[in-house]
Amino acid sequence: MTDIVSTIREGNEPAQGLKPRSELTARELLREVGAVLRMSEAEAAKLGDIPVDPSEDQTMIINMGPQHPSTHGVLRLMLELQGETVLRCKPIIGYLHTGMEKTGENLTYMQGGTNVTRMDYLSPLNNELVFSMATEKLLGIDGDIPERAVWMRMLLSELNRMSSHLLFMATNGMDLGAVSMMIYGWREREDVLRFFQKVTGLRMNHNFIRPGGVAADLPEGWRDDVLHLLDSIPPRLEEYDILMTGQPIWRDRLQGVGVITQAEAMALGATGPILRSTGVEWDLRRDQPYLHYDEVEFDVIVGSYGDAFDRYAIRLNEIRESIKIVRQILDRMPTGDYRIQNKKITPPPRARIDESMEALIHHFKIFTEGFKVPEGEVYVAIESPRGEIGCYIASDGSATPYRLHVRAPSFVNIQCLPHMMRGGLVADAVAVISSVDPVLGEVDR
Amino acid sequence: MSLYGVPLSDSRGQRVLHPTREQYVATVKALLDDTFVMCIDLTAVDFLTHPGRELPEGIAAERFEVVVNLLSLERRERIRVRVQVPESDATLPTLFDMYPGSEAMEREVYDMFGIAFSNHPDLTRILMPEDWDGHPLRKDYDQGRIPVQFSADFPAREA
Repeated sequence: MTDIVSTIREGNEPAQGLKPRSELTARELLREVGAVLRMSEAEAAKLGDIPVDPSEDQTMIINMGPQHPSTHGVLRLMLELQGETVLRCKPIIGYLHTGMEKTGENLTYMQGGTNVTRMDYLSPLNNELVFSMATEKLLGIDGDIPERAVWMRMLLSELNRMSSHLLFMATNGMDLGAVSMMIYGWREREDVLRFFQKVTGLRMNHNFIRPGGVAADLPEGWRDDVLHLLDSIPPRLEEYDILMTGQPIWRDRLQGVGVITQAEAMALGATGPILRSTGVEWDLRRDQPYLHYDEVEFDVIVGSYGDAFDRYAIRLNEIRESIKIVRQILDRMPTGDYRIQNKKITPPPRARIDESMEALIHHFKIFTEGFKVPEGEVYVAIESPRGEIGCYIASDGSATPYRLHVRAPSFVNIQCLPHMMRGGLVADAVAVISSVDPVLGEVDR
Repeated sequence: MSLYGVPLSDSRGQRVLHPTREQYVATVKALLDDTFVMCIDLTAVDFLTHPGRELPEGIAAERFEVVVNLLSLERRERIRVRVQVPESDATLPTLFDMYPGSEAMEREVYDMFGIAFSNHPDLTRILMPEDWDGHPLRKDYDQGRIPVQFSADFPAREA
């Protein structure tokens, strides 16, 4: 056993990995057990005590992932197990790191959308939205976005929330053995993506929401397509309820698993369904409204136990709330421009390029050089399906961001894993990872 | 304008505090006691190629700037803390004891900028491999300069 541990330590796993128990300090433990506010090191050290039987090794450190089907990509967890019980856990990330923030410093604000949209690939439109909103705030045009563009952004953002949560339903079901749920979840999500394809031309990574508005107007017949979605999805959600919510096996696998308290969730910076599952009513759409969320009616879904079942139920009901919001958006969708008519930011219409040399030059300049953004720095946050996604841009007055940082909700939420898993069974680890719903693309960026 | 004796500025309608390194922990502690219970974001900027930027009087611009975004759920407010970190001594005290959630974010800043957080429980690289050279988000770290990590003469792991 010690040989295995030393291989892990000395082989390919230096300091990043989980330390063996013999090298564990109280402060290290405080971190690994998912530190709680105001817990002293002495209290943390007590948490690490396990009955010592010198005749045999007590615990075993194993790797779960990075190539594990339930780790949603390439998340690797190092688990310290005593029998079937998880004593400690450390998520190890970075396998998908491609330096997107560095790339973002070399792309113009015009091109930036293509970069950020690939971070959280399950809610690309929310990424584009937050990036565009940050850019607009720096430009000082955040109040001048045409009404139609704002409502279109809301429509796409809410549909994206639905597609993301539907995929969560699928993967959560799959992880816990409800394999038919996987097929259903993907099927419904595909309906939403088909609508996205019609509007933006792509199923994912749209680069559709851009600084100044959106890339194109809604296509003909969009209203019928949305209505079709709104009519077809609710009965399916009822089916999910029958298949999962009330089912005893499902409840047994989720209830009381991966519990986190309010104070812990706040201390760890968790947002989104994880924070709401503990009973904190916090949804940026309601509490710091952006776009026109203050003009639509919807409920913020909160849980009360902070367990995996609450997080599942919150996401299921958030789909219903999104449907409610989308219906109101349909009623209120105004006519008009879909992007700001500001010559500095908006490329000229395609038809003008054929008849005007100036328009051609303008078009060329804006797509090659981009537009200059005044000096300054700004942080804008919106509610993505996974929590608060924020965008911090520092500008030096040129056409590319001096520093582009995306506050990825999954990156922060993943810190809850050690805490949720502590003392649970290794079989529940799968349920816990699934309930956090991390997207590794945005964890590693 | 100032708050807790620390210069306060306005950036596009957002409140920004500019403590010195010595005031940093005390300022954040005061904010934590003043309902700012969540550390939403912690990141850094390397101002190597853009030294001249607007800062309140009395704050000398340094190469690095650590940016902390705090959130008050109760008052639904945000506040940002920007602290200057010199290149010659790129260290800053950790916020881990107040905000355990800043742990991964401080590791990311360490990994990407090489700013060390003193008393951090586990200051290791988080996104890059452990034996990586340099800090990628520094402005003097070129893009597209990727040494080959795995080659044929890579020493075989001994069993």
